[in-house]
Amino acid sequence: MTGRRTAKEPNRRPPIAVVVMAVIAVAVLALPLVGLLQRTPWSSLGTTLGEAATLEALRVSVVVSLLAAAVSVVLGLPLAWVLARLDFKGRPLVRAVVLLPMVLPPVVGGIALFFALGRRGLVGRALHNWFGVDTLIGTTAGAVIAAAFVSMPFFVITAEAGLRQLDPRLESAASTLGAGRWTVLRRITLPLLAPSLAAGATLSWARALGEFGATITFAGNHPGRTRTLPLAIAQANEAGRPEAAIAMSVLLIGVSLLILIGLRHRWIAPRSSRPESSPETSPS
Amino acid sequence: MTVYAAASLSEAFEDLATEYEAANPDVDVKLNFAGSARLAAQISAGARADVFASANAATMSRVVAEGRTAAPPVLFVRNRLALVVPIDNPGNVTELEDLSDDSLVLAVCAPEVPCGALAQAVLADAEVDADADTEETSVRAVLTKVTLGEADAGLVYATDVAAGGDKVAAVPLGPQIRFNDYPVAAVSNRDVAADFVDFVLGADGQRILWSHGFDSP
Amino acid sequence: MSVQAEIRAATGGFAIRAAFDAPAGSCTAIVGPNGAGKTTLVHALAGLIPLQQGKIVLAGQVVDDPAQGIWVPPERRPIALHSQHNLLFPHLNVVDNVAFGPRCAGEAARPARQRAEEWLQKVGLADLAGLRPVQLSGGQAQRVGLARAAACQPAVLLLDESLASLDAETRTDVRHLLADLDTTRVLITHDPVETKVLADQLLVMEDGQIVQSGTPEEVAAEPRTPWTAGLLDINLLTGTAFGTDVALDGGLSLTTATPMTGPVLVTFSPAAVALSTAEPHTSARNTWEAEVARIQPESDRVRVLLGPPAPCHVWVTPQAVGELDLRAGTRCWAALKATELTVREA
Repeated sequence: MTGRRTAKEPNRRPPIAVVVMAVIAVAVLALPLVGLLQRTPWSSLGTTLGEAATLEALRVSVVVSLLAAAVSVVLGLPLAWVLARLDFKGRPLVRAVVLLPMVLPPVVGGIALFFALGRRGLVGRALHNWFGVDTLIGTTAGAVIAAAFVSMPFFVITAEAGLRQLDPRLESAASTLGAGRWTVLRRITLPLLAPSLAAGATLSWARALGEFGATITFAGNHPGRTRTLPLAIAQANEAGRPEAAIAMSVLLIGVSLLILIGLRHRWIAPRSSRPESSPETSPS
Repeated sequence: MTVYAAASLSEAFEDLATEYEAANPDVDVKLNFAGSARLAAQISAGARADVFASANAATMSRVVAEGRTAAPPVLFVRNRLALVVPIDNPGNVTELEDLSDDSLVLAVCAPEVPCGALAQAVLADAEVDADADTEETSVRAVLTKVTLGEADAGLVYATDVAAGGDKVAAVPLGPQIRFNDYPVAAVSNRDVAADFVDFVLGADGQRILWSHGFDSP
Repeated sequence: MSVQAEIRAATGGFAIRAAFDAPAGSCTAIVGPNGAGKTTLVHALAGLIPLQQGKIVLAGQVVDDPAQGIWVPPERRPIALHSQHNLLFPHLNVVDNVAFGPRCAGEAARPARQRAEEWLQKVGLADLAGLRPVQLSGGQAQRVGLARAAACQPAVLLLDESLASLDAETRTDVRHLLADLDTTRVLITHDPVETKVLADQLLVMEDGQIVQSGTPEEVAAEPRTPWTAGLLDINLLTGTAFGTDVALDGGLSLTTATPMTGPVLVTFSPAAVALSTAEPHTSARNTWEAEVARIQPESDRVRVLLGPPAPCHVWVTPQAVGELDLRAGTRCWAALKATELTVREA
């Protein structure tokens, strides 16, 4: 038997140094998880996960993270469009501001949300006076706002990258075939963006699912309304019940892994939206 | 020497350590503050602590039960519950009974942590049916929400009131029968560990602890 | 008039000025060097670039008139554009790409698809209906793009180098397809043969301006710029092939090196023809006598236009004109080697 080598891959031996670094990287990322799984009290796992409080936290987590992802998409998509398509002076600044929640410690984010939306905050006073919103502490709305604050940037950068990758000539081509703006959006732009939008929405959902600091600071910890799995985990840990914390962590990891694995095709092989053609446009 | 102390002891133990180091120039006191339960878990896991000061007896007894202590624990202070409100008192809270008003934004500690357990007991004694809007895992998070004016009232330790500065005011609760007991124990067999425990229990140590709002047991 | 255009427009610092009319059902070819502004002109017609000044009327509808504040967006103009980059929609398969225009025009899915399939049939790609654009070769993508534009059945079809990357055979088929359309066509091309066969009107653009216009014959006979002369510096005759013999429509029979059957286009370089006063006795397989229609001296050479039976132009030196005493109306003999002839299906 002779091995077949294709002309496209003349050198299949990977560089050793790269492989070593990659293995170290995987170890750094995966070892804590392995440690956690190794310490997981598997026998009592079912009991902990079956507790009403755990299921309630799971429900709050799912509701809050889905709503946060929805807010991210609804508000983030127009923002991504503005950043990708409109050329305006303050764009670098706006983009920096948009991405800031990614680097801001979430607790600081939670305090900052108070300064904006709290009862003594910039907009919060208006909320109080006009809509009678007394407080967002202990409300699911508050938890959704906190989660959207930290997760929206993930959607915006992914969607913006997708929009930038999208060839605007495809949209004008559609218009020269008789497609109005709405049709272009519905039949060309959105379908071509779909992989990016799905990836961005899932990323922001995953981020919202793991969100802790901004939520507990801004929305507090109220069972059934703002106590998400991460909050319940922290509480169990503080209360000296590490087994319960670990069990719920395993649940959270399981849910997150399912999402990320479902997303892997989008990550590894993003479909190009560029048509097969030379990129240059000469006014010939 | 490493001292593990409950978060609520932070300011007091920093002063204690300074005083102790002044009296014993050859000793360097390292302080580690966190929630009592977390500290206990760390000690159980083999952390190299010389002294452990807990914010409640139950947590300490777990460490004792695991045989991690070098000497029996001793109660060294206790802490009263305090009702704090923003300085302008927007919820017009003047007594514990006011907390039964559902329109108030009330922050308390989670029942699993000592300050939360104390708050629950005090509210039960007073037969006040208070619906908390948030159950924080740290007493300081309760204080923060009151300091920012986002909560109308919070139940914290008496020792935390000072940390709120001029942004919060304490509402007098009258004589209390409920306290949180703080036990301290030497964890290691080193002489300095026993000596530091003695210092905490002694007149100088107690004076410093009073100045931070603690009561003697 | 199907197209009445008076265009002043600019993109990226590059400005064009052009005015032309095109009757309904006619074919207008735009030629010019790269960067002359041909695509800009077509984009102005399509509505992808707004006019700065001027006016465009398409099929009786004013679609752009800045003075009146009128600007109709591309989708509401009676046009369809096939771009040189094809720009097929990568998420739609071939037939859905072609059906896109009819669907946008409000046709139901089924008839739109049927129409798309008809057009794919016409461009010879009915088999590829289910493929994705990435699976197509350059030439196939170009034909799909063309079918997609044509399927819109616009009053004015705009074609930007729609035949550029087709191989010789499909090129002929597609050229026939374009010739048979009764819609008004405006096409950008680099191919002199395409120009001569398809165009009723030829516009030569250079540096953003139309430097010459007329029928292809008029322009070829009197090119006003070196570039035009260079592009159109080729003779094109039509006839019918029987093996290596081609009976020209003008009556003459030529011998070629390439055996073919049926209607053909015969092209040859004006420099390949040798002129003499008497019947030549050379190895050249093709000789004929013709009348000199016109003499046009150019800088270092002279263009001699010959009349029937094989109308063509020939380059000779100024000395030869004197030696052969060539003047309009005199007769002379032409000789042309069989190997100098390029024959292709008409």
